[in-house]
Amino acid sequence: MPDAVQPDQAHQPDQPRQPLSVDEVTDINPDVVIAPEDIGGPAVAEGEKLLEVDEVTLRFGGVVALNEVSFHINKGEILGLIGPNGAGKTTCFNVMTGVYQPTSGAVRYLGQPLGKRKKFAITKLGIARTFQNIRLFANMTALENVLVGVDAHHTTGVVSAMFRLPKHRKEESQGYERAMELLTFMGLDGKADELARNLPYGDQRRLEIARALATSPQLLCLDEPAAGFNPAEKAKLMELIRTIRDQGYTVLLIEHDMKLVMGVTDRIVVLEFGRKIAEGSPAEIRDNPAVIAAYLGVDEEDAS
Amino acid sequence: MSTSTTTAGSTVRAPRPGFKERVDSLPRALKIGLWVLFAIFLFLLPMLNIPVITTEGSDFGGVLFTVSTYVLVALGLNIVVGYAGLLDLGYVGFYAIGAYTVGVLSSEHAHLSWIVVVPIAIGAAMLSGVILGAPTLRVRGDYLAIVTLGFGEIVRLCLVNSQWLGGAQGISDIPKPPSLVVFKVPSLDWSGGVPVIDLDTTSTFLKFGISDFVPYYWLALIVIGLVLLFDILVKNSRVGRAWEATREDEDAAELMGVPTFRFKLLAFALGAAIGGLSGALFATKSGFINPQGFELLLSILFLAAVVVGGAGNRWGVIVGAIVVGYFPERFRDFADFRVLVFGLALMLLAIFRPQGLLPPKRTVRAKRADARQAVLEEGEGNA
Amino acid sequence: MQYLLDNFFALTITGLTLGAVYALVALGYTLVYGVLRLINFAHSEVFMYGTFACLWIVVFLGGRAGGSLGSVIFWIAMMFVAAMLMSGLIAVLLERFAYRPLRKRNAPPLIALISAIGASFVLSELMGLRQQITGAVGFDTYLRVYVANSRNNTGMPEVFSPQPVFTLFDYQVTNVDIFVIVGAIVLMVILDQFVKRSRLGRGIRAVAMDPEAAALMGVNRDRVIQVTFLVGGVMAGAAAVFYMLKIGITRYDVGFILGVKAFTAAVLGGIGNLRGALLGGFVLGLAENYGSALVGTQWKDVVAFVLLILILLFRPTGLLGESLGKARA
Repeated sequence: MPDAVQPDQAHQPDQPRQPLSVDEVTDINPDVVIAPEDIGGPAVAEGEKLLEVDEVTLRFGGVVALNEVSFHINKGEILGLIGPNGAGKTTCFNVMTGVYQPTSGAVRYLGQPLGKRKKFAITKLGIARTFQNIRLFANMTALENVLVGVDAHHTTGVVSAMFRLPKHRKEESQGYERAMELLTFMGLDGKADELARNLPYGDQRRLEIARALATSPQLLCLDEPAAGFNPAEKAKLMELIRTIRDQGYTVLLIEHDMKLVMGVTDRIVVLEFGRKIAEGSPAEIRDNPAVIAAYLGVDEEDAS
Repeated sequence: MSTSTTTAGSTVRAPRPGFKERVDSLPRALKIGLWVLFAIFLFLLPMLNIPVITTEGSDFGGVLFTVSTYVLVALGLNIVVGYAGLLDLGYVGFYAIGAYTVGVLSSEHAHLSWIVVVPIAIGAAMLSGVILGAPTLRVRGDYLAIVTLGFGEIVRLCLVNSQWLGGAQGISDIPKPPSLVVFKVPSLDWSGGVPVIDLDTTSTFLKFGISDFVPYYWLALIVIGLVLLFDILVKNSRVGRAWEATREDEDAAELMGVPTFRFKLLAFALGAAIGGLSGALFATKSGFINPQGFELLLSILFLAAVVVGGAGNRWGVIVGAIVVGYFPERFRDFADFRVLVFGLALMLLAIFRPQGLLPPKRTVRAKRADARQAVLEEGEGNA
Repeated sequence: MQYLLDNFFALTITGLTLGAVYALVALGYTLVYGVLRLINFAHSEVFMYGTFACLWIVVFLGGRAGGSLGSVIFWIAMMFVAAMLMSGLIAVLLERFAYRPLRKRNAPPLIALISAIGASFVLSELMGLRQQITGAVGFDTYLRVYVANSRNNTGMPEVFSPQPVFTLFDYQVTNVDIFVIVGAIVLMVILDQFVKRSRLGRGIRAVAMDPEAAALMGVNRDRVIQVTFLVGGVMAGAAAVFYMLKIGITRYDVGFILGVKAFTAAVLGGIGNLRGALLGGFVLGLAENYGSALVGTQWKDVVAFVLLILILLFRPTGLLGESLGKARA
């Protein structure tokens, strides 16, 4: 594990550090086990196709956001989805999670097309995500945010709640346990009762991941999880992603930081202007002329 | 719960424990005791004849009953507006459906007993909530407000224009609830400056007569207690969390597995049911209902009760309901100016205290944390 | 049904005339929503004050039936001036005191709506209580003509008798009808050109589309918003004149129902869409009239509300689609 460099000191060397308990950025606890809970559904062996994007085209009026994009992700992989701004990466996520319906083509999860399923149904199938600009429930506590995720597979309704039936009580206590596990894993257990909007940026990003993991997905989609991080934080994030994978999740990652992508992914898919222009291992992608051409003109800092 | 945090260079004093903290930290048995005492006080309120509070012109028991109907409505509307974040400007529609179901089934076209009719009224209101909500909750937020306003007006216009529902004359001779005589409660007489127990002026628990409205108030109090209990139980569960998440960020909530539409519809239906219940109680106490009692102004008053009190906080909306229901009765002399004052109050409230009198926990926590942050930022500059 | 067919043209012309009024008031709603995403609940009162301004100026100037053509033109012109001034003023005051403080505090939409509702009540009650208010300062006898019976209907002296101009099958189309319908269209065209060509008009469109970008491009957002309210108010003032010419009676609460219908017209045509407001107004006027001929006049208002709900459910973007800005989710 990388050295415990205090990110705040790295940022503001001239300010005397005055940490308060809420604002201190914490480390994750990789020893906490947060393997996905069994939510039913067919079992997939390691290495088999988990999700397949099959010739997906998405048109908005005259604009073609995605153009016959095809790729797949295997169970246990960490797949990177990269491309210049506007390439369609987040749009791809949106199609995969049911926010948009593809104009043509299909997204298949465990062999079954997603069809016209609603967003929450797709989450219950096993696909979860985070957002480019953090979308936590700002005025709810960290614990409550994660509990909402855990509730995805619960069925307590008004009647169970009203009469405090056993189902409610079981789901509440199990939910609480699981949520605290996830928070502890992320090092946020001390801040469980803090409002999400008051957490420092790094914690918010972690909380969002914890919330997504709470829905017990098989596939975790991270949309630019390292945005705004400094190198030390990015290193910690890579560690986090690897640990998540080791615990049994499959990860799909959109990122701009090449070092991070090259360092943590098993395979990479490259999009440009809505089209897939390359696919392969990090080494193959790094030397791919089409990819390099697509990125020409991007900041030095982002290109590897 | 609140601690002082000292760091090198600057001392941040935590805000002084407020009333709520001190009450929360009392031992549980004592808290229950206080609640019981408070409940008894509420029951005795109309008999106590406390000088300033008691309304001279109108029967205080009746006023308390009116306030209670407002409280019920506020609790129901709070679920819709405060918890789920749905803007409803036509809540009077459900209130009217509750009242008219009682009217139609116990007076106009049938003579079913009260015990049967009230649950049917609740059911009818809930059903109408589902029927209204199913197509319209998919509509964008601002438009929902106007659609619900239209619904409220359509209900009223149907009531006015439909002879089957009594037309403009309304429905009268709505029967009382069955009486159950348990005991008599004396009142206090303050005419001598010092309270003296007046054994002649009594109200009977629970005898529903024509002139004494106090038993109706007692009935309403019991109903409020039940609804409050229901509210607490449901809010502190998956349902309450789903509502909050939906209100915070509906798309994100749905992507985290919350079936947002279902929960919005549920909030709408529950709110409608409680509104209908309140309307049903109103009809039985009044004995007579007509469309004039269910105008748009009432929807606005209901909404104001919730917003003034603090949308999202069940105690806040109760306070709001008391304010909105009580003050016009107390100051009947200025009846003409009631709506004007009310409108001004709304405008001022919107500008100076939009979160309401008792803002929900989340707003208080947020403000306190923001204040702490501000002190920090200034503190660091001085360090 | 027979009634509808028998009186088809009467209903059509009346529908178009009233629809013209709806259309002009709808402009206020649609403009403000486009620029601020705010339903200006109190716009109905802006209209109502315009009607009273018409009434008062006519009474003040001694307007009466049988005057010469010159004086009739004068009175009508003064009605326009008075109503547009009054409505414009009320609209600008509304913006300044009910909405701007909230904008400065970044208030959530629910709160803005509460303020709008409060302002609406304050304005209508002030008119409804004018007798008491002037009484409190001792002016009520002096101003009796203007303030008596403030809660009841007040009629305007008929400035001229509507003359039939031509006959459409068996309905005599009067000069008032033509004046109103044509007048509304003319005003709409003027407004359309203003928004399309003038600097302020461009500013309005820019702020409606993207307030921040507009500010970065040097558009004075506060000024644009003020102008938006003013323009909406002036249009409502014109609508008030047409309303008083056609109907002749007003009341402190005449705004409410008409306001909801005008908002329906705005949504019907497409919120933020000026031409949509015109189309929506006419369509609503016609639908109301035809509908009430079919099911009875007492259901007239229900027709409008039901139409509103149907539009919002099945075609929320309106007949001509949203323009200026899009409705907020």
